[in-house]
Amino acid sequence: MFREIGQMILLFTAWVRSLPLAWRHRRHLAEQLFEIGNASLFMACVLSFFIGGVLSLQAGPLLVQRGLGSMLGGLVAESMCKELGPVMMAILIAGRVGSSMAAELGSMAVSQEIDALRTLNINPVHYLILPRVLAISIVLPCLVVFSDLVGCGGGALVAAFNTDIAVGTSTFFGNLRQVLEFKDVFHGLLKSLVFATLIGLVCCHHGMVTRGGPRGVGRSVTKAVVNSIVLILITDYLLTRVLLPLNRFHS
Amino acid sequence: MSVPETKSAPETKSGVSVHVRGLRKSFGEHAVLKGIDLEIQAGEIFVIMGPSGSGKSIFLRHVIGLETPDGGEVLVDNIRVEDDSIRDRVRMAMVFQSGGLLNSLSVAENVGLYLAEHRIHPPKEIARVVKEKLEAVQLNDADGEKNPTELSGGMKKRVAIARALVMEPQLVLYDEPTSELDPLVAITIGREIVKLNRRVGATTVVVSHDRDLAFGIADRIAFLADGKILQVGTKEEIKSSQIPLIQEFISADFAVK
Repeated sequence: MFREIGQMILLFTAWVRSLPLAWRHRRHLAEQLFEIGNASLFMACVLSFFIGGVLSLQAGPLLVQRGLGSMLGGLVAESMCKELGPVMMAILIAGRVGSSMAAELGSMAVSQEIDALRTLNINPVHYLILPRVLAISIVLPCLVVFSDLVGCGGGALVAAFNTDIAVGTSTFFGNLRQVLEFKDVFHGLLKSLVFATLIGLVCCHHGMVTRGGPRGVGRSVTKAVVNSIVLILITDYLLTRVLLPLNRFHS
Repeated sequence: MSVPETKSAPETKSGVSVHVRGLRKSFGEHAVLKGIDLEIQAGEIFVIMGPSGSGKSIFLRHVIGLETPDGGEVLVDNIRVEDDSIRDRVRMAMVFQSGGLLNSLSVAENVGLYLAEHRIHPPKEIARVVKEKLEAVQLNDADGEKNPTELSGGMKKRVAIARALVMEPQLVLYDEPTSELDPLVAITIGREIVKLNRRVGATTVVVSHDRDLAFGIADRIAFLADGKILQVGTKEEIKSSQIPLIQEFISADFAVK
């Protein structure tokens, strides 16, 4: 385990050092951006709509019973922007994009394509890792913005049409505007940027070190997705610990 | 539109020597290479022959620096292969057993990859060089448009050779170049190896268990078995070897005794 952590730190360092070459690999970057965004946007919207809806459905009746129905908008928005948006989108990307990344790089490793790049004096970090990790790091925060918007929309719809809640959209969004601050959204975006880098590096690392044919590729994909999700949740806790006091300080 | 920045073409230089000293490699408890010493002269075709699982491919991966040895060293043109600067100073190419072609690129893009990534030529010139190299291995423009997954095993190997040709290499390594090929295609590949060697004077190291290929193209042959070199010599010396395993390997046939 420690060896893998060490390898990932080295990969991260190499990736950071390769960032100035991003413009040179813009064609690969554009391909990755299109592939990741195109593959994930619809699913992200569906997922976020229902997460927002469930939040309203769970919290709405409890708040209404206590005469706090007008607070629902703020609660849904804060939950979406600070936690559920970044975390759920990161998990979605890990499962949908990270797995395909690990599988693609794993197949390349097994069929000696990565070795071939090395023999052509082409650095695999520049050619393969840089555009992929950078693309995830750009796409995930964008998806989180969509997720926040659609999630709040889903929450508002459920709040308005569910007879146990019956909180109008003007009340819902009025409270949302009162409670939600820019820094809440920013903290969510910051989290998503960290998650994106983690997913990209973990999945690329597991793909690159694949050994042993199709079975090895399968093992790498499983490890990549599981490790990414575990790391997302651990990092989420740590980031929240750091960001919460900052929030209070600003307040 | 801005013109891409280009480098000058690499200086052409004939083949380079390879010195291997006490090369050892183990995977876990299993020792694959048990102290190999070899001298490969500049410009020669050197074939490493031996039974499957004797460590031939691993040896080749050490020569090009894809593996780190547990002990010993490999010197290419008197530079340690682990040296980061070696690839800037010596052009080395390897033709992999599977071809090692990038499936996300077309055949032409694969062949021109080295030139495009290192910005050695502008795109028009790259297209011309790619066409020339594809023709050199009997492939045409239409083949260049294909994806590697649409090619047969023989064509993949020819594309891999074209990709190596583009680099104008000083050292070319071939890993089982005729495996899984019918005899006619195998002969074509063998001829390509010799032609490339004669055209650019590149040192050529071929790993194979194909006796016909080895005796057909080699200047010298090394026989590797169980991670050790049993004998190094000319074709005639190997053919008249007194070592039982080598005799058995080169004279085995299908006759049931």
